[in-house]
Amino acid sequence: MNPMNLGKTQLNAIVLLRLVIGWHFLYEGTVKLFNANWTAKYYLLSSEGFAKPIFGWLASDSLIGIVDFLNIACLIVVGLALTLGIFEKIGAIIGIGLLVMYYFAHPAFPGLDQAGTEGSYFLVNKNLIEAVALYLLFLIPTGYYFGIKRLRDNTSIQTA
Amino acid sequence: MSEEKSFSDLSRRDVIKGLAGLPIIGAVFWAGASKASSQKESRNTILETLNINASQPPDTGPMSGDPIRLGIIGFGIRGPQLCRSLGFATKTWLKNMEDSAAKNPNDTRLKSFLEQENLNVQVTAVCDLFDVRAQEAADSFSKDGVSVKIYKHHEELLASSDVDAVVIATADHWHAPIAIAALQAGKHVYLEKPMTHNIAETYALREAVQNSDRVFQVGHQHRQTQSFVTAKDVIDKNILGHVSLIQANTNRNSDNGAWQYHIHEKANPNTVDWQQFLGNAPQIPFNAEHFFRWRKWWAYGSGLSGDLMVHDYDRINCVLNMGIPRSVIASGGIYTHRDGRNVPDVMQINLEYPEFTTGPSQEPGKEKGMTLVYSASLGNQYSRTTALMGHDATMELGNRLTIYADRNSTRYKNMIKDEIIDPNVPLYQYDPSANAVDGITSATAKYFADKGLLYTYRDGKRVDSTHLHMREWLSGIRNGTKMSCGIKEGFEEAITAHMAGISYKLGRRIDWDPASGQVIPIEGYDLDEVLTKDIEKLV
Repeated sequence: MNPMNLGKTQLNAIVLLRLVIGWHFLYEGTVKLFNANWTAKYYLLSSEGFAKPIFGWLASDSLIGIVDFLNIACLIVVGLALTLGIFEKIGAIIGIGLLVMYYFAHPAFPGLDQAGTEGSYFLVNKNLIEAVALYLLFLIPTGYYFGIKRLRDNTSIQTA
Repeated sequence: MSEEKSFSDLSRRDVIKGLAGLPIIGAVFWAGASKASSQKESRNTILETLNINASQPPDTGPMSGDPIRLGIIGFGIRGPQLCRSLGFATKTWLKNMEDSAAKNPNDTRLKSFLEQENLNVQVTAVCDLFDVRAQEAADSFSKDGVSVKIYKHHEELLASSDVDAVVIATADHWHAPIAIAALQAGKHVYLEKPMTHNIAETYALREAVQNSDRVFQVGHQHRQTQSFVTAKDVIDKNILGHVSLIQANTNRNSDNGAWQYHIHEKANPNTVDWQQFLGNAPQIPFNAEHFFRWRKWWAYGSGLSGDLMVHDYDRINCVLNMGIPRSVIASGGIYTHRDGRNVPDVMQINLEYPEFTTGPSQEPGKEKGMTLVYSASLGNQYSRTTALMGHDATMELGNRLTIYADRNSTRYKNMIKDEIIDPNVPLYQYDPSANAVDGITSATAKYFADKGLLYTYRDGKRVDSTHLHMREWLSGIRNGTKMSCGIKEGFEEAITAHMAGISYKLGRRIDWDPASGQVIPIEGYDLDEVLTKDIEKLV
């Protein structure tokens, strides 16, 4: 199972990408999980751009509890899937969903305040780049090569 | 396609590569959990040490019973604002707000007005020296079978048996004369700041209030600001250590901020009662600019000291209760708006409190004396914070409170050494607006709002401070509850402002004698004449 006939070095590079993104999600989720005071409320309330009303609604008192729970749960699920190399495709899709939401809460559009970010961005920012990287991981799963999937699937790994 | 592997099919390489993610997960989880728990532990240690009680002022009493009948004296700029806080908006304002809300859904001014609590009052009388304004109030506020009667002079309004209480929002030089007459006529009084226009009036008004059983409140609405209650707790618990310096500022850079108000096109000697406006001011021919922009002249207004410093002074006085300074020295000039005004547009005022203390944290002898430095410019609107600077910590005072530990603090020395406290990170932050989204519209409005002068919060909801302040006054009338800005506070505010104005005009230090309760006279000068004389400086 190596439809693109990737070389070992290429596969290792993709695995590395998967592991660092998994690490990033897992750490973000864990820190929020253990910090009882954390809430996405202020991030949502400070939203800018056309989706501001939606994020304002998500930050309302009736919804913010669910929003916080789902955010932490999704971050950890994505982190686990990518780090362990199992259910990577689902993990990648959830991860893209989260990142696209983060992106539209504070889009890197000209004229909008990029508060809380370092660096300079025009349309493309780090959330968008990470989402695109996840799209790549969605297309090229590597759990069968480096991950729990390897323990389950009897697939010979052919490298080019 | 793949098939399930049996356990015996697994090579060592398979196991290592299959489970390599597990230690990563363990490491990341451990790192995340320990970071969060160490932050939490530091935070809890700090909060336990500080033990700040973030509370809000007690609610004032019920608004039930017969409606209180109000007379409005002065319906220029502040008058209509006070009326809105009481539940009465002019038709023009309502129309403008409807249009504005239709264009901009974030503009919630109309919605907030409509949602305001009904204070159970009736406006029965209005008096303004400009006919157009009095008529607008009467046309807009007459409702539910109650018509608003227009009075040409405040004396006639005060003689009316249809008025229980008056709201005074005239030019400064009319504040005390009208308030004294109102109290003597048996009316309750809500009086705008500054309480008086000179020293003699301040004593006369104090006497009038003391001889009256009516309820008297000065319009420093920030006394209702929720964060100031918490700030008071911070001071009471000596979290800042000995406060030796306070900086407070005004920064404005707009025509409106510099009192260049609109001159109404219908104003002329037939529509304005000019003679009545002049009162005790120099007798000059009709001048529409003086009438609408009276804040620019000492004859009617009080300059930066009486007009704007009083906001900052009273904000701090309500937290520290430091009273009248032992001495005041002021300087400044007209540096931006050379438009014929004679009040300064840049002013620095130093208020000295050599005996004042907020409490010790060091060895005896290092806990006394404080200066309040007020600095104002009408030529720049850079936002300078109000800071209470103590030996142990500095507090930024506004609608939010932020406290930073001082690197050389005695009280926090060990916590800084143990890295529990980082002097670069706020030790404490209090934001009662955390649940509210604000929609401020103009630079001057934002300036007032940031200072906690426009609105405050109750249960996380934004509330107009003036509404709460007037509610407190009405509750005093109805239920006998206490005023937060009565004659004691007003007296301290007015005397301090007048000392600053006199110091500016004479270019010398003005002293207060706490034993006799008098401003110490300066030979050769009548201080009140110095203060209100319609020229920029005497010396």
